Amino acid sequence: MNTPKRTSLYNAHVKHGGKIVEFAGYELPIQYETGIITEHNAVRNAAGLFDVSHMGEFMVEGSGAIETINNLITNDVALMTPGGVIYSLMCNEKGGVVDDLLVYKFTDTRFLLVVNAANIAKDYKWVEEHLLTNTTLRDISEEVGQIALQGPKSEEVLSKLLPVEQQPSKNYTFVETKILGVDCILSRTGYTGEDGFEIYCDPSKIEPIFEALLKAGEKDGVIPCGLGCRDTLRFEAGMPLYGHELSDTIPANEVGLGFCIKMSKPQFIGKDALESHPAKYIRRGVILTDKGIAREHALVFKEGREVGYVTTGTFSPTNNVAMAMVRVEKGLDSPVEIEVRNKRLKADFIKLPFIQKNNNK
Amino acid sequence: MEVKANLQYAKSHEWVLIEGSKAKIGISDFAQHALGDVVYISIPEEGDTVVAGEPFADVESVKAASDIYSPVTGTVVAVNEVLNDTPALLNEDPYGAWIIEVEVGSLSDDLMDAGQYEAYCAEQ
Repeated sequence: MNTPKRTSLYNAHVKHGGKIVEFAGYELPIQYETGIITEHNAVRNAAGLFDVSHMGEFMVEGSGAIETINNLITNDVALMTPGGVIYSLMCNEKGGVVDDLLVYKFTDTRFLLVVNAANIAKDYKWVEEHLLTNTTLRDISEEVGQIALQGPKSEEVLSKLLPVEQQPSKNYTFVETKILGVDCILSRTGYTGEDGFEIYCDPSKIEPIFEALLKAGEKDGVIPCGLGCRDTLRFEAGMPLYGHELSDTIPANEVGLGFCIKMSKPQFIGKDALESHPAKYIRRGVILTDKGIAREHALVFKEGREVGYVTTGTFSPTNNVAMAMVRVEKGLDSPVEIEVRNKRLKADFIKLPFIQKNNNK
Repeated sequence: MEVKANLQYAKSHEWVLIEGSKAKIGISDFAQHALGDVVYISIPEEGDTVVAGEPFADVESVKAASDIYSPVTGTVVAVNEVLNDTPALLNEDPYGAWIIEVEVGSLSDDLMDAGQYEAYCAEQ
Protein backbone atom coordinates (compact mmCIF):
# COMPACT_ATOMS: atom_id res chain seq x y z
CA MET A 1 0.00 0.00 0.00
CA ASN A 2 1.31 3.43 -0.91
CA THR A 3 1.60 6.11 1.74
CA PRO A 4 -1.67 8.06 1.73
CA LYS A 5 -1.59 11.51 0.20
CA ARG A 6 -2.69 14.65 1.95
CA THR A 7 -4.81 17.27 0.27
CA SER A 8 -3.72 20.88 0.58
CA LEU A 9 -6.46 21.32 3.19
CA TYR A 10 -5.01 18.69 5.54
CA ASN A 11 -3.75 21.22 8.08
CA ALA A 12 -7.09 23.03 7.98
CA HIS A 13 -8.88 19.75 8.78
CA VAL A 14 -6.63 19.09 11.75
CA LYS A 15 -7.08 22.67 12.94
CA HIS A 16 -10.86 22.32 12.77
CA GLY A 17 -10.79 19.05 14.74
CA GLY A 18 -11.17 16.65 11.82
CA LYS A 19 -10.93 12.95 12.62
CA ILE A 20 -8.61 11.81 9.85
CA VAL A 21 -9.00 8.48 8.05
CA GLU A 22 -7.60 7.07 4.86
CA PHE A 23 -9.98 7.11 1.92
CA ALA A 24 -9.10 6.24 -1.68
CA GLY A 25 -5.41 6.85 -0.95
CA TYR A 26 -5.99 10.19 0.77
CA GLU A 27 -5.99 11.27 4.39
CA LEU A 28 -9.33 13.00 4.81
CA PRO A 29 -11.67 13.80 7.71
CA ILE A 30 -14.43 11.24 8.29
CA GLN A 31 -16.01 13.82 10.60
CA TYR A 32 -15.13 16.76 12.79
CA GLU A 33 -15.85 17.15 16.52
CA THR A 34 -19.46 17.93 15.67
CA GLY A 35 -20.17 14.37 14.48
CA ILE A 36 -21.81 12.88 11.42
CA ILE A 37 -25.44 13.60 12.32
CA THR A 38 -24.82 17.27 13.17
CA GLU A 39 -22.83 17.73 9.96
CA HIS A 40 -25.52 15.95 7.96
CA ASN A 41 -28.23 18.17 9.39
CA ALA A 42 -26.16 21.29 8.76
CA VAL A 43 -26.15 20.47 5.04
CA ARG A 44 -29.89 19.75 4.99
CA ASN A 45 -30.82 22.88 6.96
CA ALA A 46 -28.05 25.44 6.37
CA ALA A 47 -24.88 24.46 4.51
CA GLY A 48 -21.70 22.45 4.94
CA LEU A 49 -18.27 22.68 3.43
CA PHE A 50 -16.40 19.62 2.14
CA ASP A 51 -12.86 19.02 0.93
CA VAL A 52 -13.23 16.86 -2.17
CA SER A 53 -9.73 17.51 -3.51
CA HIS A 54 -9.20 13.76 -3.80
CA MET A 55 -11.46 13.63 -6.87
CA GLY A 56 -9.67 13.08 -10.19
CA GLU A 57 -9.73 15.53 -13.09
CA PHE A 58 -8.83 14.86 -16.73
CA MET A 59 -8.75 17.33 -19.60
CA VAL A 60 -9.83 15.92 -22.95
CA GLU A 61 -9.07 18.30 -25.79
CA GLY A 62 -8.92 18.50 -29.56
CA SER A 63 -11.19 18.24 -32.56
CA GLY A 64 -11.82 14.56 -31.73
CA ALA A 65 -12.89 15.29 -28.14
CA ILE A 66 -16.66 15.05 -28.64
CA GLU A 67 -16.39 11.84 -30.60
CA THR A 68 -13.94 10.33 -28.10
CA ILE A 69 -16.06 11.14 -25.07
CA ASN A 70 -19.29 10.07 -26.71
CA ASN A 71 -17.75 6.70 -27.48
CA LEU A 72 -16.63 6.35 -23.86
CA ILE A 73 -19.72 7.41 -21.95
CA THR A 74 -23.38 6.42 -21.87
CA ASN A 75 -24.77 9.98 -21.80
CA ASP A 76 -24.57 12.27 -24.84
CA VAL A 77 -22.08 15.15 -24.95
CA ALA A 78 -23.33 16.17 -28.41
CA LEU A 79 -26.37 17.65 -26.67
CA MET A 80 -24.27 19.84 -24.36
CA THR A 81 -23.72 23.58 -24.62
CA PRO A 82 -20.59 25.34 -23.31
CA GLY A 83 -20.88 25.90 -19.58
CA GLY A 84 -22.88 22.71 -19.15
CA VAL A 85 -22.20 19.72 -16.91
CA ILE A 86 -23.59 16.20 -17.29
CA TYR A 87 -23.47 13.10 -15.15
CA SER A 88 -22.68 9.88 -16.94
CA LEU A 89 -21.49 6.31 -16.64
CA MET A 90 -18.47 5.02 -18.50
CA CYS A 91 -18.90 1.35 -19.42
CA ASN A 92 -16.61 -1.49 -20.32
CA GLU A 93 -17.30 -3.78 -23.32
CA LYS A 94 -19.44 -6.06 -21.14
CA GLY A 95 -21.70 -3.23 -20.02
CA GLY A 96 -20.18 -3.06 -16.51
CA VAL A 97 -19.26 0.35 -15.17
CA VAL A 98 -15.64 1.54 -15.31
CA ASP A 99 -16.63 4.66 -13.39
CA ASP A 100 -19.31 7.29 -12.98
CA LEU A 101 -18.24 10.83 -13.75
CA LEU A 102 -19.12 14.42 -14.50
CA VAL A 103 -18.35 15.96 -17.88
CA TYR A 104 -17.82 19.74 -18.09
CA LYS A 105 -17.98 21.33 -21.54
CA PHE A 106 -15.90 24.48 -22.14
CA THR A 107 -15.97 24.40 -25.95
CA ASP A 108 -16.49 21.82 -28.68
CA THR A 109 -12.80 20.96 -28.33
CA ARG A 110 -12.26 21.22 -24.57
CA PHE A 111 -13.82 19.09 -21.83
CA LEU A 112 -13.12 18.33 -18.18
CA LEU A 113 -13.91 14.87 -16.79
CA VAL A 114 -14.26 14.54 -13.01
CA VAL A 115 -13.77 10.96 -11.85
CA ASN A 116 -13.61 9.04 -8.59
CA ALA A 117 -10.34 9.21 -6.66
CA ALA A 118 -10.06 5.45 -6.30
CA ASN A 119 -10.39 5.03 -10.07
CA ILE A 120 -7.99 7.69 -11.36
CA ALA A 121 -5.30 5.29 -12.61
CA LYS A 122 -7.81 2.80 -14.06
CA ASP A 123 -9.85 5.53 -15.76
CA TYR A 124 -6.78 7.24 -17.22
CA LYS A 125 -5.63 4.00 -18.80
CA TRP A 126 -9.12 3.26 -20.09
CA VAL A 127 -9.64 6.71 -21.61
CA GLU A 128 -6.11 6.75 -23.05
CA GLU A 129 -6.67 3.39 -24.75
CA HIS A 130 -9.82 4.75 -26.39
CA LEU A 131 -8.63 8.17 -27.54
CA LEU A 132 -9.67 8.76 -31.13
CA THR A 133 -7.56 10.81 -33.56
CA ASN A 134 -6.92 14.50 -32.86
CA THR A 135 -7.63 14.11 -29.15
CA THR A 136 -5.36 14.63 -26.16
CA LEU A 137 -5.75 13.49 -22.58
CA ARG A 138 -4.16 15.09 -19.53
CA ASP A 139 -4.50 14.02 -15.90
CA ILE A 140 -4.59 17.29 -13.95
CA SER A 141 -5.74 15.73 -10.64
CA GLU A 142 -2.60 16.88 -8.81
CA GLU A 143 -3.00 20.43 -10.11
CA VAL A 144 -6.59 20.81 -8.96
CA GLY A 145 -8.07 21.19 -5.50
CA GLN A 146 -11.82 20.98 -4.97
CA ILE A 147 -14.24 22.05 -2.28
CA ALA A 148 -18.00 21.61 -2.17
CA LEU A 149 -20.38 24.04 -0.48
CA GLN A 150 -23.68 22.22 -0.09
CA GLY A 151 -27.02 23.15 1.43
CA PRO A 152 -29.91 25.61 1.10
CA LYS A 153 -27.81 28.54 2.34
CA SER A 154 -25.04 27.95 -0.21
CA GLU A 155 -26.03 30.73 -2.62
CA GLU A 156 -26.33 33.27 0.17
CA VAL A 157 -23.03 32.27 1.76
CA LEU A 158 -21.16 32.26 -1.54
CA SER A 159 -22.66 35.65 -2.38
CA LYS A 160 -20.45 37.17 0.34
CA LEU A 161 -17.46 36.23 -1.84
CA LEU A 162 -19.05 36.36 -5.29
CA PRO A 163 -22.21 38.26 -6.29
CA VAL A 164 -25.18 36.06 -7.16
CA GLU A 165 -25.16 37.38 -10.76
CA GLN A 166 -21.69 35.92 -11.21
CA GLN A 167 -22.67 32.50 -9.86
CA PRO A 168 -23.91 29.74 -12.16
CA SER A 169 -27.67 30.08 -11.79
CA LYS A 170 -28.84 26.66 -12.96
CA ASN A 171 -28.08 23.18 -11.70
CA TYR A 172 -25.48 21.40 -13.77
CA THR A 173 -23.94 24.55 -15.18
CA PHE A 174 -20.60 26.19 -14.45
CA VAL A 175 -18.66 29.40 -14.91
CA GLU A 176 -14.98 30.29 -14.93
CA THR A 177 -14.49 33.06 -12.42
CA LYS A 178 -12.27 34.42 -9.68
CA ILE A 179 -12.95 33.92 -5.99
CA LEU A 180 -10.69 35.98 -3.68
CA GLY A 181 -8.58 36.65 -6.76
CA VAL A 182 -8.04 32.96 -7.48
CA ASP A 183 -9.03 31.48 -10.87
CA CYS A 184 -11.79 28.94 -10.28
CA ILE A 185 -14.20 26.69 -12.06
CA LEU A 186 -17.45 27.11 -10.16
CA SER A 187 -20.28 24.67 -10.86
CA ARG A 188 -23.75 24.32 -9.42
CA THR A 189 -23.33 20.63 -8.67
CA GLY A 190 -22.96 18.33 -5.72
CA TYR A 191 -23.45 14.98 -4.12
CA THR A 192 -25.96 15.69 -1.38
CA GLY A 193 -29.37 16.30 -2.99
CA GLU A 194 -29.22 19.95 -1.88
CA ASP A 195 -28.52 23.15 -3.76
CA GLY A 196 -24.83 23.93 -3.75
CA PHE A 197 -21.57 24.55 -5.53
CA GLU A 198 -18.32 22.82 -6.31
CA ILE A 199 -15.21 24.98 -6.65
CA TYR A 200 -12.09 23.81 -8.49
CA CYS A 201 -8.82 25.76 -8.28
CA ASP A 202 -5.07 25.64 -7.72
CA PRO A 203 -4.72 23.51 -4.56
CA SER A 204 -2.06 25.82 -3.14
CA LYS A 205 -4.60 28.66 -3.17
CA ILE A 206 -7.64 26.81 -1.89
CA GLU A 207 -7.26 27.17 1.88
CA PRO A 208 -8.11 30.91 2.03
CA ILE A 209 -11.30 30.18 0.07
CA PHE A 210 -12.20 27.31 2.40
CA GLU A 211 -11.68 29.51 5.47
CA ALA A 212 -13.46 32.50 3.94
CA LEU A 213 -16.55 30.40 3.15
CA LEU A 214 -16.64 29.05 6.72
CA LYS A 215 -16.38 32.58 8.05
CA ALA A 216 -18.98 33.91 5.61
CA GLY A 217 -21.38 31.19 6.71
CA GLU A 218 -20.64 31.20 10.43
CA LYS A 219 -23.86 33.00 11.43
CA ASP A 220 -25.93 30.77 9.16
CA GLY A 221 -24.58 27.61 10.77
CA VAL A 222 -22.15 26.56 8.04
CA ILE A 223 -19.64 24.01 9.35
CA PRO A 224 -16.88 21.87 7.85
CA CYS A 225 -18.20 18.41 6.97
CA GLY A 226 -16.46 15.07 6.58
CA LEU A 227 -16.75 11.97 4.46
CA GLY A 228 -19.16 10.34 6.92
CA CYS A 229 -22.00 12.72 6.20
CA ARG A 230 -21.03 12.96 2.54
CA ASP A 231 -22.01 9.30 2.42
CA THR A 232 -25.26 9.61 4.41
CA LEU A 233 -26.27 12.67 2.34
CA ARG A 234 -25.67 11.09 -1.07
CA PHE A 235 -27.35 7.93 0.23
CA GLU A 236 -30.54 9.79 1.19
CA ALA A 237 -30.45 11.56 -2.16
CA GLY A 238 -30.50 8.16 -3.88
CA MET A 239 -27.13 8.71 -5.52
CA PRO A 240 -24.90 5.72 -6.24
CA LEU A 241 -21.33 5.38 -4.97
CA TYR A 242 -18.79 3.59 -7.12
CA GLY A 243 -17.62 0.35 -5.51
CA HIS A 244 -21.00 -0.05 -3.80
CA GLU A 245 -23.93 0.47 -6.20
CA LEU A 246 -21.66 0.51 -9.27
CA SER A 247 -18.80 -1.77 -10.30
CA ASP A 248 -16.98 -3.27 -13.25
CA THR A 249 -19.26 -6.31 -13.11
CA ILE A 250 -22.70 -4.82 -12.35
CA PRO A 251 -24.44 -4.09 -15.69
CA ALA A 252 -25.17 -0.40 -16.18
CA ASN A 253 -28.83 -1.14 -16.97
CA GLU A 254 -29.42 -2.66 -13.52
CA VAL A 255 -28.58 0.39 -11.39
CA GLY A 256 -31.56 2.69 -11.89
CA LEU A 257 -29.64 5.32 -13.85
CA GLY A 258 -31.46 5.02 -17.17
CA PHE A 259 -31.68 8.81 -17.44
CA CYS A 260 -27.98 8.96 -18.33
CA ILE A 261 -27.84 5.91 -20.62
CA LYS A 262 -28.70 7.07 -24.13
CA MET A 263 -29.42 3.85 -25.99
CA SER A 264 -30.48 6.00 -28.96
CA LYS A 265 -26.84 7.03 -29.53
CA PRO A 266 -25.39 5.16 -32.53
CA GLN A 267 -22.50 3.77 -30.49
CA PHE A 268 -20.80 3.77 -27.10
CA ILE A 269 -18.60 1.20 -25.42
CA GLY A 270 -20.85 -1.34 -23.72
CA LYS A 271 -23.95 -0.54 -25.76
CA ASP A 272 -24.02 -3.88 -27.58
CA ALA A 273 -23.66 -5.79 -24.33
CA LEU A 274 -26.45 -3.79 -22.68
CA GLU A 275 -28.74 -4.32 -25.68
CA SER A 276 -28.34 -8.08 -25.44
CA HIS A 277 -28.63 -8.15 -21.65
CA PRO A 278 -32.14 -7.82 -20.26
CA ALA A 279 -31.90 -6.44 -16.72
CA LYS A 280 -32.42 -9.15 -14.10
CA TYR A 281 -31.60 -7.10 -11.02
CA ILE A 282 -32.45 -3.59 -9.98
CA ARG A 283 -31.29 -0.99 -7.45
CA ARG A 284 -34.03 -0.23 -4.93
CA GLY A 285 -34.48 1.45 -1.59
CA VAL A 286 -35.77 -0.19 1.57
CA ILE A 287 -36.79 1.05 4.99
CA LEU A 288 -36.16 -1.25 7.93
CA THR A 289 -39.24 -1.90 10.02
CA ASP A 290 -37.30 -3.85 12.67
CA LYS A 291 -34.70 -2.21 14.90
CA GLY A 292 -31.14 -2.39 13.57
CA ILE A 293 -29.04 -1.26 10.66
CA ALA A 294 -28.47 -3.35 7.55
CA ARG A 295 -24.92 -2.71 6.37
CA GLU A 296 -23.28 -3.30 3.01
CA HIS A 297 -23.15 -6.96 1.88
CA ALA A 298 -26.02 -8.03 4.16
CA LEU A 299 -28.16 -10.58 2.29
CA VAL A 300 -31.77 -9.91 1.33
CA PHE A 301 -34.38 -12.67 1.50
CA LYS A 302 -37.94 -13.01 0.22
CA GLU A 303 -39.92 -15.76 1.93
CA GLY A 304 -36.68 -17.50 2.86
CA ARG A 305 -35.10 -17.27 -0.60
CA GLU A 306 -31.97 -15.17 -1.15
CA VAL A 307 -32.86 -12.42 -3.64
CA GLY A 308 -30.02 -9.89 -3.37
CA TYR A 309 -27.85 -7.87 -1.04
CA VAL A 310 -27.37 -4.47 0.54
CA THR A 311 -25.07 -2.14 -1.42
CA THR A 312 -25.23 0.73 1.10
CA GLY A 313 -27.04 0.64 4.40
CA THR A 314 -27.03 3.18 7.17
CA PHE A 315 -29.12 5.23 9.49
CA SER A 316 -30.88 8.04 7.66
CA PRO A 317 -30.50 11.11 9.89
CA THR A 318 -33.20 13.03 8.00
CA ASN A 319 -35.79 10.27 8.29
CA ASN A 320 -34.53 9.11 11.69
CA VAL A 321 -34.68 5.46 10.67
CA ALA A 322 -32.41 2.80 9.16
CA MET A 323 -32.62 2.50 5.39
CA ALA A 324 -30.67 0.72 2.70
CA MET A 325 -30.03 0.58 -1.01
CA VAL A 326 -30.25 -2.99 -2.21
CA ARG A 327 -29.45 -4.86 -5.39
CA VAL A 328 -32.29 -7.34 -5.77
CA GLU A 329 -34.17 -9.35 -8.38
CA LYS A 330 -36.73 -7.37 -10.33
CA GLY A 331 -40.41 -7.58 -9.50
CA LEU A 332 -40.32 -8.27 -5.75
CA ASP A 333 -43.01 -7.04 -3.35
CA SER A 334 -42.65 -5.94 0.26
CA PRO A 335 -41.81 -7.15 2.79
CA VAL A 336 -38.34 -8.63 2.53
CA GLU A 337 -35.93 -9.70 5.24
CA ILE A 338 -32.31 -8.68 5.64
CA GLU A 339 -29.85 -10.78 7.57
CA VAL A 340 -28.03 -8.68 10.16
CA ARG A 341 -25.75 -10.31 12.71
CA ASN A 342 -27.58 -13.67 12.50
CA LYS A 343 -31.01 -12.07 12.76
CA ARG A 344 -33.47 -11.43 9.95
CA LEU A 345 -34.80 -7.89 10.05
CA LYS A 346 -37.97 -6.93 8.17
CA ALA A 347 -37.82 -4.23 5.54
CA ASP A 348 -40.22 -2.65 3.04
CA PHE A 349 -39.40 -1.26 -0.37
CA ILE A 350 -39.69 2.49 -0.74
CA LYS A 351 -39.09 4.75 -3.67
CA LEU A 352 -35.67 6.33 -4.19
CA PRO A 353 -34.55 8.96 -3.33
CA PHE A 354 -35.15 8.70 0.42
CA ILE A 355 -35.67 12.46 0.67
CA GLN A 356 -37.44 15.11 -1.29
CA LYS A 357 -34.68 16.88 -3.22
CA ASN A 358 -34.42 20.60 -2.68
CA ASN A 359 -32.22 21.62 -5.57
CA ASN A 360 -34.61 22.72 -8.26
CA LYS A 361 -32.44 25.52 -9.60
CA MET B 1 -11.71 13.13 26.72
CA GLU B 2 -13.07 12.61 30.19
CA VAL B 3 -12.18 9.80 32.61
CA LYS B 4 -14.21 9.71 35.81
CA ALA B 5 -12.35 9.04 39.03
CA ASN B 6 -14.72 6.80 40.99
CA LEU B 7 -15.16 4.17 38.29
CA GLN B 8 -13.33 1.06 37.14
CA TYR B 9 -12.68 0.45 33.47
CA ALA B 10 -12.31 -2.49 31.11
CA LYS B 11 -9.83 -2.68 28.23
CA SER B 12 -12.81 -2.76 25.89
CA HIS B 13 -13.80 0.71 27.22
CA GLU B 14 -16.75 -0.05 29.47
CA TRP B 15 -16.99 1.49 32.93
CA VAL B 16 -18.27 -0.15 36.14
CA LEU B 17 -19.65 1.61 39.18
CA ILE B 18 -19.68 -0.74 42.15
CA GLU B 19 -22.40 0.01 44.74
CA GLY B 20 -22.47 -2.70 47.40
CA SER B 21 -23.28 -6.02 45.71
CA LYS B 22 -24.48 -4.30 42.56
CA ALA B 23 -22.71 -2.70 39.63
CA LYS B 24 -23.86 -0.25 37.01
CA ILE B 25 -22.22 -0.61 33.60
CA GLY B 26 -21.81 1.90 30.80
CA ILE B 27 -19.38 2.93 28.08
CA SER B 28 -16.57 5.45 28.50
CA ASP B 29 -16.17 8.83 26.89
CA PHE B 30 -13.33 7.32 24.82
CA ALA B 31 -15.73 4.63 23.57
CA GLN B 32 -18.49 7.04 22.61
CA HIS B 33 -15.97 9.18 20.73
CA ALA B 34 -14.72 6.14 18.85
CA LEU B 35 -18.25 4.96 18.03
CA GLY B 36 -19.58 8.29 16.83
CA ASP B 37 -23.29 9.07 16.89
CA VAL B 38 -25.12 6.11 18.46
CA VAL B 39 -28.52 5.48 16.87
CA TYR B 40 -29.64 2.12 18.28
CA ILE B 41 -28.80 -0.06 21.23
CA SER B 42 -30.07 -3.53 22.06
CA ILE B 43 -30.06 -4.20 25.77
CA PRO B 44 -30.60 -7.46 27.66
CA GLU B 45 -33.61 -7.94 29.95
CA GLU B 46 -33.89 -8.09 33.69
CA GLY B 47 -33.02 -11.59 34.86
CA ASP B 48 -30.57 -12.23 32.00
CA THR B 49 -27.11 -13.45 32.89
CA VAL B 50 -24.03 -11.56 31.77
CA VAL B 51 -20.52 -12.99 31.73
CA ALA B 52 -17.30 -11.04 32.24
CA GLY B 53 -15.52 -10.59 28.92
CA GLU B 54 -18.61 -11.58 26.85
CA PRO B 55 -20.80 -9.17 24.87
CA PHE B 56 -24.08 -8.23 26.56
CA ALA B 57 -25.38 -5.49 24.28
CA ASP B 58 -24.75 -4.10 20.85
CA VAL B 59 -24.81 -0.56 19.65
CA GLU B 60 -25.24 0.78 16.17
CA SER B 61 -23.65 4.08 15.33
CA VAL B 62 -23.98 5.75 11.94
CA LYS B 63 -20.61 4.24 11.11
CA ALA B 64 -20.71 0.69 12.47
CA ALA B 65 -22.15 -1.93 14.78
CA SER B 66 -20.17 -2.71 17.91
CA ASP B 67 -20.49 -5.10 20.83
CA ILE B 68 -20.39 -3.93 24.42
CA TYR B 69 -18.62 -6.36 26.72
CA SER B 70 -19.53 -7.05 30.30
CA PRO B 71 -16.85 -6.26 32.87
CA VAL B 72 -18.66 -8.46 35.42
CA THR B 73 -20.39 -11.82 35.73
CA GLY B 74 -23.83 -11.71 37.29
CA THR B 75 -27.56 -11.23 36.84
CA VAL B 76 -29.17 -8.16 35.30
CA VAL B 77 -31.40 -6.48 37.90
CA ALA B 78 -32.22 -3.27 36.04
CA VAL B 79 -31.91 -1.87 32.54
CA ASN B 80 -31.86 1.79 31.54
CA GLU B 81 -34.94 1.74 29.29
CA VAL B 82 -34.48 5.42 28.42
CA LEU B 83 -31.65 4.41 26.09
CA ASN B 84 -34.06 2.51 23.83
CA ASP B 85 -35.65 5.80 22.80
CA THR B 86 -32.69 8.12 23.24
CA PRO B 87 -29.52 6.16 22.52
CA ALA B 88 -27.76 9.49 21.83
CA LEU B 89 -27.47 9.84 25.63
CA LEU B 90 -24.51 7.47 25.33
CA ASN B 91 -22.76 10.24 23.38
CA GLU B 92 -24.06 13.18 25.36
CA ASP B 93 -23.52 11.84 28.86
CA PRO B 94 -21.54 8.58 28.75
CA TYR B 95 -21.00 8.42 32.53
CA GLY B 96 -24.61 9.27 33.33
CA ALA B 97 -26.08 6.89 30.77
CA TRP B 98 -25.65 3.54 32.53
CA ILE B 99 -26.88 0.62 30.43
CA ILE B 100 -27.53 -2.19 32.90
CA GLU B 101 -27.30 -2.83 36.61
CA VAL B 102 -26.03 -6.23 37.65
CA GLU B 103 -26.09 -8.24 40.87
CA VAL B 104 -22.40 -9.07 40.82
CA GLY B 105 -21.13 -12.63 41.09
CA SER B 106 -17.58 -11.77 40.12
CA LEU B 107 -15.61 -8.96 38.52
CA SER B 108 -13.35 -9.26 35.52
CA ASP B 109 -9.80 -9.60 36.86
CA ASP B 110 -8.19 -6.97 34.63
CA LEU B 111 -10.20 -3.86 35.44
CA MET B 112 -8.30 -0.59 35.67
CA ASP B 113 -8.72 2.40 37.92
CA ALA B 114 -9.11 5.86 36.42
CA GLY B 115 -5.38 6.62 36.37
CA GLN B 116 -4.50 3.32 34.70
CA TYR B 117 -7.33 3.73 32.22
CA GLU B 118 -6.25 7.22 31.27
CA ALA B 119 -2.75 5.91 30.53
CA TYR B 120 -4.26 3.00 28.61
CA CYS B 121 -6.36 5.36 26.43
CA ALA B 122 -3.32 7.51 25.73
CA GLU B 123 -1.66 4.49 24.11
CA GLN B 124 -4.65 3.71 21.88
